[in-house]
Amino acid sequence: MLSIAGVHTFYGKIEALKGVDLEVGAGEIVALIGANGAGKSTLLMTICGRPRAARGRIVFDGRDITRMETFQIVRLGLAQSPEGRRIFPRMTVLENLQMGATTADERYYADDLERVFALFPILKQRQSQRGGTLSGGEQQMLAIGRALMSRPRLLLLDEPSLGLAPLVVKQIFEVIREINEQQKVTVFLVEQNAFHALRLAHRGYVMQTGRVTLSGSGRELLANKEVRAAYLEGGH
Amino acid sequence: MAYFLQQLINGLTLGSIYGLIAIGYTMVYGIIGMINFAHGEIYMIGAFVTIISLLVLASAGVTSIPVALVLTLIVTMFFTSAYGWTVERIAYRPLRASHKLAPLISAIGMSIFLQNYVQLLQGARGKPLPPIVTGGFTLMDSGGFSVHLSYLQLFIFLLTVALMAGFSTLIASTPLGRAQRACEQDLGMAALLGVDVDRTISLTFVMGAALAAVAGLMVTLYWGVVDFFIGFLAGVKAFTAAVLGGVGSLPGAMLGGLLIGLIEAFWSGYFSVQYKDVSVFAILVLVLIFRPTGLLGKPEVEKV
Ligand SMILES: Nc1ncnc2c1ncn2[C@@H]1O[C@H](COP(=O)(O)OP(=O)(O)OP(=O)(O)O)[C@@H](O)[C@H]1O
Ligand SMILES: [Mg+2]
Repeated sequence: MLSIAGVHTFYGKIEALKGVDLEVGAGEIVALIGANGAGKSTLLMTICGRPRAARGRIVFDGRDITRMETFQIVRLGLAQSPEGRRIFPRMTVLENLQMGATTADERYYADDLERVFALFPILKQRQSQRGGTLSGGEQQMLAIGRALMSRPRLLLLDEPSLGLAPLVVKQIFEVIREINEQQKVTVFLVEQNAFHALRLAHRGYVMQTGRVTLSGSGRELLANKEVRAAYLEGGH
Repeated sequence: MAYFLQQLINGLTLGSIYGLIAIGYTMVYGIIGMINFAHGEIYMIGAFVTIISLLVLASAGVTSIPVALVLTLIVTMFFTSAYGWTVERIAYRPLRASHKLAPLISAIGMSIFLQNYVQLLQGARGKPLPPIVTGGFTLMDSGGFSVHLSYLQLFIFLLTVALMAGFSTLIASTPLGRAQRACEQDLGMAALLGVDVDRTISLTFVMGAALAAVAGLMVTLYWGVVDFFIGFLAGVKAFTAAVLGGVGSLPGAMLGGLLIGLIEAFWSGYFSVQYKDVSVFAILVLVLIFRPTGLLGKPEVEKV
């Protein structure tokens, strides 16, 4: 569904991605883990064309999207809940969700809204509150809900568990599984929380300073010595 | 009292015009963070198109004044919007990725270019327009001084109120208005959600220009003479209004416009006509020093 080949991305002179190859198949949950500054968020943003890949090819559903405009890329059925959540602070929760539905067919709006409210009932209670005044966890739910409002076939999630209480983390991961299994949404997930992410994912990749250094099934990576030493020991 | 009331009416009329121009500054600043110095010239072009259109309609035998005004309003908004759109397209968009100062300098260049362009096409001398909307009400007569509200002033108020109402609704509750607010708050995120950011910015320029066109029409009818330089002073005053109200805030722009109009009217009425522009610039300086966020400006700190 998504295939990334030899992608390089620069911030000015800094080379943040140094030739990344990676595949996400339809229906999968794929996790990407790696240390701070490895380039995970850069990869997700590069998929959406911000910043653009300097070299390499990104293909989504058989279409080369490497040079396309961001708004055209996401219209193909791809949505991202980006790093830092990026809720519109002076818009209400409902307006944030409406923004999420920008590319969706109007006919589905009411159903999709109900679906998001069913996944995150707190958003329904808070729908007329300004996004900027939500708690961190609520903002995270809103960011995911907003991404879902576009009915994506591929959902890109950047650290959905960041800064959340363990109980909420569990809830978020359950929701991701539910979206994947029941709504057949393919998920590409960046996580610091490697243990949860690899248990949830069908497959995983490990990134180090701009390159993919390891890949395998979630189970394999969980058992891998290097992965355990770098990302799991101490935590779990 | 009567004199005071008369200045109030005059001030509110002027203020409506400044407010309509100020909205263009504030919206563009809100969405791409630049001051569109050429906006005053867009308004000036609106004034010229108004005169030309009214003269053409008159010579084509349109005698009904309401019909001529409505047609002129449409024509003026159309042409002025086209100018606003084009200026953004050729002078600002190519510079969007560069240093923040580049589009500002480009805007100053555009402003000078448009002034000279109109001067070349239309001549340097002021173009007069005979009064079209005449008459009015006498509201009050006291001590030999009568308070007068002309039909034209009433027309200016009512049109401004109607435009403001329509415009606020557009921004608050249409998909386009929502996309504009989203771009204003986080351009990159708006793009990630599928908003065509370039198109949204273009439409913002078009909307600002359309409102400036209305202001141009009003001022042409009100003063009865326009020249290629009127955009400069009106531009600076409307910009002051936008700063006073809080750059980025729509109600702020309107409030700032009204205040500037009132200050100017009262200053001319009670002190000296010669220094009325100085009073406006003094306010700009004072606001920038003591309250840079303006009266209704949003606080910079948001919990995100
Ligand atoms: N806007 C930017 N300008 C310059 N350099 C940047 C920018 N964004 C990221 N970088 C650099 O690119 C590299 C990769 O950053 P990125 O945010 O992709 O890492 P990450 O893997 O998501 O890290 P984290 O786990 O901390 O979120 C880092 O060295 C970072 O400093
Ligand atoms: Mg990151």
